[in-house]
Amino acid sequence: MFYYIIKRILQIIPVIIGITLILFILMYVIPEDPAKLILQKGATPQALANLRAKMGIDKPIYVQYWRYVSSLAKGDLGTSYRYRRSVNEILAEHYPNSIKLAFAAIIIETIIGIIAGIISAVKKYSFLDVLVTISTTILVCIPVYWLGMLLQIGFGLKLGWFPMSGMGDGSIRYYILPAITLASVSTAFVARMTRSSMLDVLSNDYIRTAYAKGLSSNRVIFKHSLKNALIPVITYIGIDLGTLMGGAILTETIFAWPGVGRTIYLAILQRDAPVVIGGTIILVLIFVIINLIVDILYAILDPRIRYGGVEANY
Amino acid sequence: MTENNILLDIKDLRTYFYTDAGVVKAVDGVSFDLKKGETLGIVGETGSGKSITALTILGLIQVPPGKVVSGKIDFEGRDLLKVKQKNLQRYRGNRISMIFQDPMTSLNPVFTIGNQIMEAILAHQKITKKQAYNKALELLDMVGMPDIKKRMKSYPHEFSGGMRQRAMIAMAIANSPSILIADEPTTALDVTIQAQILELVDELKKKTDSSVILITHDLGVIAKYAERVLVMYAGKPVEFANVNDIFYKPFHPYTMGLIGSVAKLNEEKKERLKPIKGAPPSLIDLPKGCTFAQRCKYALDSCRLSYPPSIEIEEGHFVSCFRSKEFQSESIQRI
Repeated sequence: MFYYIIKRILQIIPVIIGITLILFILMYVIPEDPAKLILQKGATPQALANLRAKMGIDKPIYVQYWRYVSSLAKGDLGTSYRYRRSVNEILAEHYPNSIKLAFAAIIIETIIGIIAGIISAVKKYSFLDVLVTISTTILVCIPVYWLGMLLQIGFGLKLGWFPMSGMGDGSIRYYILPAITLASVSTAFVARMTRSSMLDVLSNDYIRTAYAKGLSSNRVIFKHSLKNALIPVITYIGIDLGTLMGGAILTETIFAWPGVGRTIYLAILQRDAPVVIGGTIILVLIFVIINLIVDILYAILDPRIRYGGVEANY
Repeated sequence: MTENNILLDIKDLRTYFYTDAGVVKAVDGVSFDLKKGETLGIVGETGSGKSITALTILGLIQVPPGKVVSGKIDFEGRDLLKVKQKNLQRYRGNRISMIFQDPMTSLNPVFTIGNQIMEAILAHQKITKKQAYNKALELLDMVGMPDIKKRMKSYPHEFSGGMRQRAMIAMAIANSPSILIADEPTTALDVTIQAQILELVDELKKKTDSSVILITHDLGVIAKYAERVLVMYAGKPVEFANVNDIFYKPFHPYTMGLIGSVAKLNEEKKERLKPIKGAPPSLIDLPKGCTFAQRCKYALDSCRLSYPPSIEIEEGHFVSCFRSKEFQSESIQRI
């Protein structure tokens, strides 16, 4: 297991190199001069040239890339063109907001999704099952921004129950609408996956054995079925957590949520390359790390999966 | 044969499955009784309703599509078919337990063997976890598991098929049931292990003084372990008698066919095996009259009109065949 984890962590390095390379080229081909962005109109050519030399952007792309990567190795993500501040600082300021929102959404999708899935699997073809099936279909079909706006109008404007946008003082009220919006599609997926996975597991021989032992149906469902059925669901939720932490660009923009998704979105609009690249690297890192955690969780849930071959005992 | 001796009495049991294609009469009018301490064999081809009969006894038929349409299962003074599902839990794994066909899939892959055995114990006995643990160790030892302390912590995938079946048996006898149903316990195992498992079941039966219902399609197994035999065909019981009568004095052409289709080692003249021609009918669309008539060498036109009632042709020997009397008086020769 230990070697497996080390191996997986080392695999992150080529991923980071690939990501930076692609983003660097993409940002480089945009015909916008960062010096002009910073100095704005009316700057003298001399001033522009000085600034370019100072920023190092008068050098060829490979030199610039090398510089970037070497400072990245030291943990420095560079300086924002727009804000003249360290990218590390900007991200550190906004990231916690995105993570909090992502966790709020994950909590919603896990609880509601799994419960709905279990109910509709156990009461197959009942009214509740049909209700879950229909509502999940609708949820998957609704565009996120439209749902977000509906919630804003309904619960924010008309009913006034929850704040319409922003993070305010950071109290739970502010999380409700954006978290629901962010969780909507995933909740539907989790419910569907739990249902089909449960149905699959419930038809297994070992479920019959569990009943034959004289266990109550609650015990069979919640102990014997659920642990097996949740294996694929956990994977999905884990990957989804990675995705959600990668900034929910739409949701954060609609709800003016001061998170990293919105920051990257604004940075793209402003051609603020260091923020875009730095933000994306962090997203990828988090995504990869969460995937690793999910894989490890997997081995805990399912004893048949033991990585690394050392502990396997066949 | 006194009444008290009878542990389980099944009368006219019918379990149907309602599918889109039609009604599947999986078990159709099965009656038999099980005495204390006896091994009763149920034999028949795949799809003859053996397993469904066993699952019906335990109330493990999925409703829908399945439904027990009629019958009585008398056990310890109660009709199990009238006992609520919730209360049936107290019988399952406790008074009546079951060993399944495929040990590879019958154990939950994500829990340790110890956990699964202890669970069976704790479901019915009010003892501490520590006591249950010790009991589980004892059980594993009883079923001949080597290295029991380590095996308690093992997962099913770390076991061979035979070991898993031993673990299943340990689980089944955990609460000293009075009836142990073994549903083709050796089908998925290789031959040497088969003998070991059957010996184990037999030995445990004697030790715990329980009765065994042994479901199989292996006549050799029946001959060796069963005292009485129920022969099933297409969901119906065709013959029920003690094991010697079944092998030496069968009155139903299907039973005769089954016995004739087994290879014999000690015969001087090497003969070809005599298979029963044809295939069992579809359980959805059963023919009118005797279900075996289509494949029966002795069938008369009248056999195709109605199903023969079960008659007690000799004491304790029940058969459902219109021509059984003729076999008895030897007015027709068994071919």
